[in-house]
Amino acid sequence: MKFENTATDTFFDTTAVLGKAHTRIDGPLKVSGQAPYAYERHDVVGGQLVGYPLGATIARGRIVSIDAEAARAAPGVTAIVTTLEIDPLGISSFNDVRLFGGDAIQHYHQAIAVVVADTLEHARHAANMIEVTYEEESGLFDMEEAWKGRDTSGDPDSETGNVDAGFADASVTLDATYRTPVQSHAMMEPHASVVDWSDGERMTVWTSNQMIAWNRKSLAQTFDIDPEKIRVESPYVGGGFGAKLFLRSDAVLAAIGSRAAGRPVKLALPRPFVFNNTTHRPATIQRIRLAAERDGRLTCIEHEGASHRTPHGSSEENPVSQTEVFYAAANRRVKHHELKLHLPESSSMRAPGEASGLMALEIAMDEMADKLGMDPVEFRILNDTQVDPQNPDIPFSDRHFVDCLRVGAETFGWCARNRSPGSTRDGMWLIGHGVAGAYRGAPTLKSGARVRLKKGRLIVETDMTDIGTGSYTIIAQTAAEMMGLTADTVDVRLGNSDFPVSSGSGGQFGAASSTAGVYAACLALRNKIAEELGSDDLRFEDGRVIAGNKAFPLADLFDGKEVCAEDSMDFGDSQKKFKIATFAAHFVEVGVHAATGTVRVRRMLAVCDAGRILNPVTARSQVIGGMTMALGAALSEELLVDTSRGYFVNHDLAGYEVPVHADVPQQDVIFLDTEDPEISPLKAKGVGELGICGVAAAIANAVHNATGIRIRDYPVTLDKLIGELPEI
Amino acid sequence: MRSFSYERATDPVTAAARAAEVPGAMFIAGGTNLLDLMKLEIETPFHLIDVNGTGLDSIQETDDGGLRIGALVSNTDLADHDRVRRDYPVLTRALVAGASGQLRNKATTGGNLLQRTRCPYFYDTALPCNKRSPGAGCAALSPSGHSRQLGVIGTSDACIAQNPSDMAVALRVLDATVETLTPEGDIRLIPLQDFHCLPGTTPDRETVLKDGELITSVHLPAPVGGRQAYHKVRDRASYAFALVSVALVRHPDGTGRVALGGVAPKPWRRPDADAALPEGAKAVMECLLEGARPTKENAFKLKLAERTLAAMLAEE
Ligand SMILES: Cc1cc2nc3c(=O)[nH]c(=O)nc-3n(C[C@H](O)[C@H](O)[C@H](O)COP(=O)(O)OP(=O)(O)OC[C@H]3O[C@@H](n4cnc5c(N)ncnc54)[C@H](O)[C@@H]3O)c2cc1C
Ligand code: SF4
Repeated sequence: MKFENTATDTFFDTTAVLGKAHTRIDGPLKVSGQAPYAYERHDVVGGQLVGYPLGATIARGRIVSIDAEAARAAPGVTAIVTTLEIDPLGISSFNDVRLFGGDAIQHYHQAIAVVVADTLEHARHAANMIEVTYEEESGLFDMEEAWKGRDTSGDPDSETGNVDAGFADASVTLDATYRTPVQSHAMMEPHASVVDWSDGERMTVWTSNQMIAWNRKSLAQTFDIDPEKIRVESPYVGGGFGAKLFLRSDAVLAAIGSRAAGRPVKLALPRPFVFNNTTHRPATIQRIRLAAERDGRLTCIEHEGASHRTPHGSSEENPVSQTEVFYAAANRRVKHHELKLHLPESSSMRAPGEASGLMALEIAMDEMADKLGMDPVEFRILNDTQVDPQNPDIPFSDRHFVDCLRVGAETFGWCARNRSPGSTRDGMWLIGHGVAGAYRGAPTLKSGARVRLKKGRLIVETDMTDIGTGSYTIIAQTAAEMMGLTADTVDVRLGNSDFPVSSGSGGQFGAASSTAGVYAACLALRNKIAEELGSDDLRFEDGRVIAGNKAFPLADLFDGKEVCAEDSMDFGDSQKKFKIATFAAHFVEVGVHAATGTVRVRRMLAVCDAGRILNPVTARSQVIGGMTMALGAALSEELLVDTSRGYFVNHDLAGYEVPVHADVPQQDVIFLDTEDPEISPLKAKGVGELGICGVAAAIANAVHNATGIRIRDYPVTLDKLIGELPEI
Repeated sequence: MRSFSYERATDPVTAAARAAEVPGAMFIAGGTNLLDLMKLEIETPFHLIDVNGTGLDSIQETDDGGLRIGALVSNTDLADHDRVRRDYPVLTRALVAGASGQLRNKATTGGNLLQRTRCPYFYDTALPCNKRSPGAGCAALSPSGHSRQLGVIGTSDACIAQNPSDMAVALRVLDATVETLTPEGDIRLIPLQDFHCLPGTTPDRETVLKDGELITSVHLPAPVGGRQAYHKVRDRASYAFALVSVALVRHPDGTGRVALGGVAPKPWRRPDADAALPEGAKAVMECLLEGARPTKENAFKLKLAERTLAAMLAEE
């Protein structure tokens, strides 16, 4: 079915199951080790061998020779395939860089061989014995250089009004440049797959991936085989954050290894490969200019940004996009530069674009409020807009950003904060408070599902994934709501290419899209039941269907035989008629150690406007996860680039510091009670990426409030503060 | 990981003798550092001698009122020991500031003293590193190298790696002595100040231990008294190595001792810097960090060390 018109009254306006707190259905399986992750699928096929990858140790050039003779003779080794032994594989439409095959090296740790052996230890040791000689080429690895050399002559991406004239006339202006470093998804479970391609014909892939249909298509394109011959399963994913949107070398190497060994092969990428072999969020440099009247009304917004990508593809990290529409101002201009560097492939990471864009824009807003002598909450409220400021004929579908700010300020006790930076102390700690706004688009993707009713139990099948987000739970709730069941009478089966194609998980489109697809399938089932009962006027309650004054237990319908229905939700052009997005306000309290400059976050509050919340438990978990990830982005996460060797140096979890429990303070999340009738019949939008947006800037702003020091270069580490801290 | 053979030693004398006798042998205690290095083939022993069963896992009082800490006492047990908590609190604080609960349960006193550096280039076998492959060069010191975590003093043109141990900094401020057993059966007493080597032109040589020499215990002299504190500065609140750490013993008259971690290839202390303590943090660091050769990325450590000590003095 197609969602074309504004949702009016729907099933979901008065609900029994959906929208209610429900703990994760898959939670007990996960905490008791019974939810098998890709590398643990020991039972799906017998005779599994273990694969281990070898990565290139130059960033750019050509392989002259690979000597794997000694490795082939090493104990336990069944097969070794080097990249020189096979023709370059295809590059799928979702990848920029070749995953295997041929002699060209396009980035550090690009896979150049796979060893298959009886144990991990044997495979790893044999991989270490392979000798490779290279012909190295120089490359471009320095973001600062690329930024200096950017082409500023082209047209802006968008321009409204007259920015140059606006600045010339302005009373108060700001012109500042901000930097965000390369970040890694650093999810707990590395990329891993078990692949059975023993006969070189049919390929079965048990993997850890967010997008089953894309993955299958990529595999078909990469190996130039018929997609019908490929099955993909990914029922549990140990974190993805965008890193597992696309096919990566784990599945490719396991497939090649399996074909060579004639046995199924399992392969997990070693941790350093997660950083240099797979994808990352690229660094950005962003120059922001703002102009305002003395009363605080913004007159000009200009945002010029850049992120890097390989010379072979595109970058998702466009940090200027939200600036086109977030705040009002008559004159506005944005421009994004994609700078080409020979680093590993950059790609989507949680809230691509907005996450780093707001890290800059929301400091700029704080700086401007400062210049104007205004409260940063009031400054944002004053510059709110209910329409697309570039095209006032297009309204926001449902925007309550001002309420987020007001509710947040009230709950957080914002008015009691210290107004002059550097003046509140708690022992050795300087205390500061910060606020930031958040904006994240709410895209949707076509999503399908199949439902099967048998003896009163409902099975839902869709290739949707649960990457830790709660898909199992909200899908069960949606189906239960539609069929008058409880969530525990619904079995949800996900992540399998035999099931109808869904939106998958990414871009915070998963929850809104996949539940709409399940709704469509359930409607189809209800229609079948209506036909069976010969009545259009049905109510589904308590496991029964009520037609007029008769009630039939669902278990008794169709003589207890299974009945099946399938449909998908296609989304019309509402995203063109409206700006559909999610909003939040973040409030943060930090302590900065007066002597050392160590920053510790003391409390965090997020107030979110994301339409109907399908399940407050899983939604909250998404938001606090995002806040925690942003805390890392604010204070410690940075992949260091060796700008002559062209690789990320701190490629393990000791060197790339994500927050630990002790870093994470009290976190509160408030969801505004909103509904967006333009997004889907459920009026629900995603929250998984909203949670990371804006938070880092709130922390940087709080550091400024604590110390009076403005850091525009993330992460906000103590070495950047220590030179300006007060005498002890 | 290269294939290796394995044996369990049941007494120190055999352990040391076997270590000298079997080519390519190494001791393994908690394995928390050694196993990681073996997986990366940075350490490639042919034979492991497990010393966990050698009976060196107790803490005894010595005649002079000090403690003799067996080399196999875990970091957790050492931190939790009543006498240590009462009389050497700087040691407890340093220990619990290190690693994580699970790691400290396995990590031993002897293994902790011998843990290798955390220089990121040391861990990537594709990169030049004089410590790992003598003569290969130092990636950290190359123009594009990263050195924010690394040492600022006691370093050399060959290597600027820092010693990452927290425990060793406290032991240094407490004037500990390392007791060893040589393969020949001789006992050596090595003051901790002489235990670690500066890199010079041989950064691969990190301690004065000879082949097969086994650490049997660490001696603490009679308690020094005073107020004791350990302040570890790092980017995240736990589970990270020190950017700078300061171990302090301070007597009511203002005299005392200071040792630094995270800044040098060994725990860093100087008697003349101790003597400057009554004059304050600046005077101490002028002496203690005299001749420092920081890089652009880690020059902040000098100021950080001084300010950390100043805060500790002010907090009293
Ligand atoms: C993730 C992580 C974080 C960490 N964080 C910190 C931190 O913040 N601060 C900190 O101080 N440390 C930290 N550590 C290091 C940890 O303290 C050391 O790994 C541990 O103390 C080593 O002790 P072990 O018994 O496991 O040594 P092993 O790994 O068993 O051995 C280490 C070395 O010592 C040798 N050896 C062991 N015992 C003897 C002996 N009796 N005589 C002679 N040689 C011996 C071994 O041959 C080997 O070369 C961290 C480690 C990890 C993995
Ligand atoms: S500083 Fe030392 S450990 Fe680091 S790369 Fe240089 S030689 Fe190796």
